[in-house]
Amino acid sequence: MPLQRSQIWEYMDVIVLIAALLLTTWLALKKRSRQGLVWMSVFSLAYFGFFREGCICSVGSVQNVALSLFNQSYSIPFTALLFFMIPLIFALISGRVFCAGVCPLGAIQELTGYKPVRLPKAVESVLAAVPFIYLALAILFAALESQFIICRYDPFVGIFRLDAPYTMIIFGALLLISGIFINRPYCRYLCPYGVLLNIFSRFSRRHLTITPAECTNCRLCENVCPYDAILPSDMGLSSEEPEKSRKKLFLYLLLIPVFAVAGALIFRNLGPALAGIRQEVRLAREIRMEIETGTEAVSKDAVAFKEAGKTEDELFAEELMIIERFRKASPWAGVFLGLSLGFSLVALTVRTTRTEYVPHRGKCYSCGRCFKYCPVEVKKPS
Amino acid sequence: MKEKNKYQSRRDFVRKAGQVLVVAPLVALPVALARKTNASGYVWQIDPFKCTQCGQCKTNCVKTPSAVKCYHAYPMCGYCDLCGGYLRQGVKTINTAAENQLCPTGAIIRQFVEEPYFEYTIDEDLCDGCGKCVMGCKDFGNGSLYLQINQGLCDNCNDCLIARKCPSNAISRVPADYQYIPKEKDGVLHK
Repeated sequence: MPLQRSQIWEYMDVIVLIAALLLTTWLALKKRSRQGLVWMSVFSLAYFGFFREGCICSVGSVQNVALSLFNQSYSIPFTALLFFMIPLIFALISGRVFCAGVCPLGAIQELTGYKPVRLPKAVESVLAAVPFIYLALAILFAALESQFIICRYDPFVGIFRLDAPYTMIIFGALLLISGIFINRPYCRYLCPYGVLLNIFSRFSRRHLTITPAECTNCRLCENVCPYDAILPSDMGLSSEEPEKSRKKLFLYLLLIPVFAVAGALIFRNLGPALAGIRQEVRLAREIRMEIETGTEAVSKDAVAFKEAGKTEDELFAEELMIIERFRKASPWAGVFLGLSLGFSLVALTVRTTRTEYVPHRGKCYSCGRCFKYCPVEVKKPS
Repeated sequence: MKEKNKYQSRRDFVRKAGQVLVVAPLVALPVALARKTNASGYVWQIDPFKCTQCGQCKTNCVKTPSAVKCYHAYPMCGYCDLCGGYLRQGVKTINTAAENQLCPTGAIIRQFVEEPYFEYTIDEDLCDGCGKCVMGCKDFGNGSLYLQINQGLCDNCNDCLIARKCPSNAISRVPADYQYIPKEKDGVLHK
């Protein structure tokens, strides 16, 4: 029987990942070359995407980490752990360079998006909350051994492999087409790993800058970022009364625990519904329906169940156990979402004193589109 | 000026605290998982004793044709002339004519050994993992045919599509040191 293909490639992937991250960091922070970053995207798309067929990727590795943390029998493959950690470490050093030119999912969208349209701020902020929910659910489902939903709903892996269920091909194609105008739709409104990168990047030591030297507040870069990630300078803007924003801050700080508790309660009640993602639970519901109402259970799962000879009581006991586990675990997802909402409100009240145009460290993908709009040049020592 | 310094230092403090808060889990994670990492990882495999040959493996695998193939546990085979895995139910004559074969792709090769025994081998390139022969052999014979995921073909997806679709939960991760679950060895993991 033929054995698994050599694992050397997996270690090769890690080496390429580190090399690509180093090169992207240099291109984004030192060389400041948008063209270099585009070529980096082409390389990553070709290597991680089409050659390695998009597996394993950092985005999906979140689930392997969650599964191994909460499951006794699963130990995480070394390469998956490295794929999870290395981009986060780089995010702490130099911002989201992983998104800029290493992630194959980001690369395919970066290369197809070229007519950026800005969405209204309200729409943008609502959609930007989706990745948090996606991340919370993905970790919950992975930790409870249900499914890897990030992999299941990966829109581009089918394109990388040139083979996928047609629904996923349609989803991926729609994302790419809308991505022509709303750049990087997956990264902005879905990517769960982006949430982690966003948080880590806010505390990065260094980060891409719009200007190579000193910002002259010329405002030329103000509207060029397709991701709305350029923070304008506050010069000349009248800010809110300190007293007023202090009041707001205290109110929002008090709201954080309220949101957390509310999230926990909502998700506790959602637990049984979420448990429906497990095949055993769906099967048990179908079988119970058959017993109670006489509707014959005809799904493939039910047919296999009847053939396998497991008793109904065993099945119902298992269902109960799974629902109980979901009830215990899902409130934590609610707490995470509540805290995220609370802290994002607090962030609104922070008074800023910016004297130059800077990229928003959480939102900036370090794509380098803003470089060419900055008229400031570094004087070369003659 | 003094006012501004105070303001700045408070901001620095929040920043530093935030940095510590995000670095801490990043350091804690490998420590927590130190004993739970392995170098070789896992592969997906079918437990032939749970498999009910529903046919989902053929259609749901991301590979076309499916990475699931039929394997033959020769020690269990009865080498029957009237083979439930090779011949359609209720055939009039027992021969290798296409209309008599159960396998839709003609992937099973029947060879005469000695009267009245015949040997059946699988041509893996033709097999698409539909499991019809497996069901036939299970119902009318010794059950020596069984489905396994060919690890040379498997993409080893992080979320195996056929594992999710499998109605009898027969597909699970097995350590990559043991890549097959051969039926003749009572389902013990095997290198």
